Amino acid sequence: MRYATAEGGHDRVLRYIASRLVIAAAMVLLATLIIFLIANTVPGDPVLTQLGDVAANNPAIVEAYRHKWGLDLPMWDRYWLFLRGLTHGDLGISISSQRPVIEDIAQYAPATIELSTVAFLLSLIFGLPLGVLAAMKRDSWIDHVARAVSLTGVSAPTFWLAFIMLAVFYGWLGWAPGPGQIGADQFPPPDVTGFMLIDAPLAGQWDTFRDALGHLVLPSIVLASATMGLITRTTRAAMLEALSQDYIRVARAKGLLRSAIMLRHALPNALLPVVTLGGLAYAQLLTGTVLTETIFSWPGLGRYTFQSAVILDFPAIMGITLVVAIVYVFVNLIVDVSYAMLDPRVMRR
Amino acid sequence: MTPQAAGTALTDVAATALADATTGSAARRRQRWLRRYLLPVLGGGVILAWLLAAALAGWITPYAPNTVDVAGRLAAPSLAHWLGTDELGRDVLTRIIYGARTSLTVGFTVVLIGGGLGTLVGAVAAYARGWIEEVMMRATDLMFCFPPIILAMAIAAALGIGTRNTVIAMLVVWWPKFARLARSLVLGQRSLEYVAAARTIGFSPAHILFRQILPNALGPLVVLVTLDLGNAILVFAGLSFLGLGVVPPTPEWGSMVSEGRELVSEWWVATFPGIAILTVVIGFNFVGDGLRDWLDPHARRR
Repeated sequence: MRYATAEGGHDRVLRYIASRLVIAAAMVLLATLIIFLIANTVPGDPVLTQLGDVAANNPAIVEAYRHKWGLDLPMWDRYWLFLRGLTHGDLGISISSQRPVIEDIAQYAPATIELSTVAFLLSLIFGLPLGVLAAMKRDSWIDHVARAVSLTGVSAPTFWLAFIMLAVFYGWLGWAPGPGQIGADQFPPPDVTGFMLIDAPLAGQWDTFRDALGHLVLPSIVLASATMGLITRTTRAAMLEALSQDYIRVARAKGLLRSAIMLRHALPNALLPVVTLGGLAYAQLLTGTVLTETIFSWPGLGRYTFQSAVILDFPAIMGITLVVAIVYVFVNLIVDVSYAMLDPRVMRR
Repeated sequence: MTPQAAGTALTDVAATALADATTGSAARRRQRWLRRYLLPVLGGGVILAWLLAAALAGWITPYAPNTVDVAGRLAAPSLAHWLGTDELGRDVLTRIIYGARTSLTVGFTVVLIGGGLGTLVGAVAAYARGWIEEVMMRATDLMFCFPPIILAMAIAAALGIGTRNTVIAMLVVWWPKFARLARSLVLGQRSLEYVAAARTIGFSPAHILFRQILPNALGPLVVLVTLDLGNAILVFAGLSFLGLGVVPPTPEWGSMVSEGRELVSEWWVATFPGIAILTVVIGFNFVGDGLRDWLDPHARRR
């Protein structure tokens, strides 16, 4: 990467990153406070949701339950307990699974990362070329098809798309495997990294690996549909913007090949906004799997989030929100820094 | 490079410019018009149709949305029930038409109130500058850490299920993007001459901000509102699908898909409500996309 000023360039980048890190940490701390306030000021009572009608009518049981989970302490004491736990990586204990929330998250995260990474790659592989093509052949039929396809992808409800895909490709045609991460006839590989696609080959279980890949197809397509539309639209707009610049006219006047103009001159400049969007889209994919995972019985964070939210498992909800906020802040940080490195003008502002 | 190539490149540019500026035959003009406006007009038509259907629901369909008919349950699409019946024998088409009321009302409520609040925050922040702007925009940034669906889920779950609570949950997460956009728009305007002129005349800051600056910055906000209407309808349907939206038996598209999700051979129960969501969201997206092209001078042809 080139910086505008050679001398002190690295210093500047480091200082920039450091200041962003401080802001990011402050944001995460404030985020815990907000989620804590929401969890504690709303009228819903987790005790009633957890215990069921019979037990909830017995004051002794309710009292014992409140005491066990620290729900009888004043609010600020509970927040303080939560923060103190945070400093040694303790997110509290999930009310429903009775395990530390951090363990739950560590267990479910790999499945979600696997799914959203595959979906992200899919949407890049299809979205980028489609966007470039649409910009190159502006107002041609291909531009209009790209527009219709990407707008449809953005507009289709995930849960409905998932239902249709399962009904057609699993129920009707039988081409794709059903819900779940691996088939019922497969033994899960020994847990090394938690990632099915890594653990299976490590254990030499190639059948399981192929089976897991097959199970990824439908949910990742469903998840990718909206992101692909976004990437296509952004790439097209950024390409058009780049193509309207003077240096493109110069390149054309020099008689450069059209393909060279597009790929060497326009595309690198058009990629800047795509990088920003790509980062956000990936963060959104990581956190937007609630519906997809619920329908595909995918053992990931999305399904865990849903299950925790429905029964008001606040330790779990706070833990997830915190993790998600960290992911968001961190991805944003990476995007900003890479943006500053790709575009020297950002640093000078 | 050959002179011919340069010549072609230049004539290319000139030709496009000329074709745009002036004529082409009537047929070509019509074709161009069609290409540019087909999707937005189509989208507008779809939305209009849904609005009419929602308003006139009682006159369109002979059935009531919640009449249970156990004998006629899970009937395939027929002349009597165009889109079939669900597990309780309720007419799917009727429930879809009544469902439009819920979806459209929620969509407009969330986007107009949330968008209004966000615009207010962003506009005031940008006009005030200083620490007010700092505080307001950091609060906005903070809200961006929470993915809407997770926060809305937590709030909806905590407040209890029901349309009103879900709308409140969505409002909490909805305003920040409007705040960001409004801030950048007002920042772009406030250094322009007419603002200085208005100040010299002695207009109050509120008057300058709301009567002078905001009307000039309205275009991109309108685009965001249009695109966002579809988005709000999608999020609400998603929450309903998860059981965090409407209380049954209220007809609502997301919960209708949820009710039919296990019924693969009775595909009509889940398929048609999904198509309803798809069409209305596509409608808003087509219109918003067209508006953006139309309002953005960059995107307009040279």
